Amino acid sequence: MPFAFNPVRRLAVCAAVAAGLVTGTAQAAEMTGAGATFPYPVYAKWAEAYKAKTGVSLNYQSIGSGGGIKQIEAKTVDFGASDMPLKADDLDKNGLVQWPMIMGGVVPVVNVPGVAAGQMKLNGKVLADIYLGKITAWNDPAIAKINPELKLPNQPIAVVHRSDGSGTTFLFTSYLAAVSPDWKSKVGVNTAVEWPAGIGGKGNEGVANFAGQTAGSIGYVEYAYALQNKLAFTQLTNHEGAYVKPDSASFQAAAANADWKGTPGFHVVLVDQPGKASWPITGASFILMHKSQAKPENAQNVLKFFSWAYANGGKMAEDLDYVPMPGPVVKLVEGVWSKDIKSADGKPVWPAK
Amino acid sequence: MAGEVRPNPPAEGRGGEIFPAAVLSVPDAVPESPEAAHTGLAERGFALLCRSAAFAVAGLLLAVFVVLGVNAAPALHTFGFGFLTTEVWNPVTERFGAVAPIFGTLITSAIAMLIGLPLALGAALFLNEYCPHRLRGPVIVAIELLAAVPSIIYGMWGLLVLAPFLSAHFQPFMTAWVGPIPILGALFQGPPFGIGMLTAGLILGFMVLPFICSVSCQVLATVDPVLREAAYGVGATTWEVCRNVLLPFSRTGLLGAAMLGLGRALGETMAVTFVIGNSHRISASLFAPGTTISASLANEFTEAVGDTYLSSLQALGLVLFLITFIVLAAARLLMRHVERRAAQ
Repeated sequence: MPFAFNPVRRLAVCAAVAAGLVTGTAQAAEMTGAGATFPYPVYAKWAEAYKAKTGVSLNYQSIGSGGGIKQIEAKTVDFGASDMPLKADDLDKNGLVQWPMIMGGVVPVVNVPGVAAGQMKLNGKVLADIYLGKITAWNDPAIAKINPELKLPNQPIAVVHRSDGSGTTFLFTSYLAAVSPDWKSKVGVNTAVEWPAGIGGKGNEGVANFAGQTAGSIGYVEYAYALQNKLAFTQLTNHEGAYVKPDSASFQAAAANADWKGTPGFHVVLVDQPGKASWPITGASFILMHKSQAKPENAQNVLKFFSWAYANGGKMAEDLDYVPMPGPVVKLVEGVWSKDIKSADGKPVWPAK
Repeated sequence: MAGEVRPNPPAEGRGGEIFPAAVLSVPDAVPESPEAAHTGLAERGFALLCRSAAFAVAGLLLAVFVVLGVNAAPALHTFGFGFLTTEVWNPVTERFGAVAPIFGTLITSAIAMLIGLPLALGAALFLNEYCPHRLRGPVIVAIELLAAVPSIIYGMWGLLVLAPFLSAHFQPFMTAWVGPIPILGALFQGPPFGIGMLTAGLILGFMVLPFICSVSCQVLATVDPVLREAAYGVGATTWEVCRNVLLPFSRTGLLGAAMLGLGRALGETMAVTFVIGNSHRISASLFAPGTTISASLANEFTEAVGDTYLSSLQALGLVLFLITFIVLAAARLLMRHVERRAAQ
């Protein structure tokens, strides 16, 4: 009988040793991060390419922005990621530094018979009134007036919003508050709000699903989800009153016109930005790190990865319908790294040698 | 067997004439035997293991309760009793009340029982009394398979199949025909989106159906066949046997089956989240979106920012814990009452 067990046992020992080796090397060069789900696909793609090139792997857990903030405050990860920028006070209080890593746009999507992608025009006030439950049918004069070329049905509007807290909701409500005083006073801005109307879907895919199959619905999703699910996104008026369609060009226009330099902690919410070509609901996803680093070599590894992503990740980001950060903003960010992130004994961590 | 072997069955005692005294003596009389000591140790060890398993279960329950209580304390302290009586759920101003999720939990579970219970009982009675013997096995297997389907499958089916169907056919029909009736009509108002309390209740009903049915089947099968045969023997019809023999004799078991179903309905998360609309509002209409406690937790816990928000969500968890506890306790009391009445 012992002979029968022997090969099995030997195999098991080999496997255990091999597993030990694998995890051993992985721990030697692994960065850890946690947070926002929205940028997860592009972070994962960058990490894959970066590992193939350098052997350094990233363990990123997309547990949500709220979770990411908590984890970085507790120092259980090398960096946190959040779709909603922290205010300068909160950053100082926890000794954190924050910068924008990647951008995307939020687009309203509609499911109205006979209306294709990009055909319907909406403005901020009408969108806010729909979400406030004041406009309840598609043939409402307010919608018909700005869409004279569309034949709108007498159909109730099914308002779809996010049921979970989300950076997407933060951007969307920021925009509605910027353009509608009513929204600002009655509902406000947050990653989750008390919705006056509508049904909630979990995640971008939940909203995309409801909007895709409920006739007469309107929802808001990240641009990538609208494209992947072939949803009919709308045009919107921007700060200059011009109708724009959502695409990378209009997202980048919004980012280019933003005042990154003069805003402490890069606390820039790219809604309702100036510029005739700017898409009005654009936003960045942010990275959070501690200013004082107990393990400077870890921090250096992480910054090397982000620097590489800024320099080489643009194409990968665009393939996934994200918008890379413009060059001048990257320069500002790397300046902040060398100025603010230091080892425990006060030596700057960046630029890495 | 021993009786066959024994040449002279002893009139009294334990057969001392046949077996040597040492073998028959009780184990503690021979402590010096290593084998007996070993047996005693194993015996005690096993008892200890069983006891610690039982205590671990109770301890786990207590730990869950304590942790929920501690984490919910800040919210309960901030909002007081108002937490249970306000409908507001506003993450912006950080004011939270549990009425809408509690309402949704109770209403959807009630709809589920209204639909699931009669169907399950009917199916169980059919399987026990009317069903041809050859059909019985396959149908029971099918029902048990249905119970094994993961809840997310029910959710997806509800979202992709049931909701569009309700939205296109059932809801417009009900609003047009039942809607104008006073009071009753209020249940069927609002635009037909297919997503809402009714859809969630229906899905839950389908989910608890196999549970209740499969347990009810087993319960009905335990009724003494002699009783059943006797009833048929005196000329009772199948309906009379069901009504006067099967149901009265298995009512505690059936009540238990129903409670099992209700427990599942109260706590079900994923399937409900898919189809209820996740909106913290109360509406008289069953077509309106709502939310349940577990759906709110599943939706909001990961991205809840701020201590009050998180604490309020855990307070919701505590409320669900208490609701489930009350339901189970009520079921126990009811069962005892029924048993006592039956005994009289």
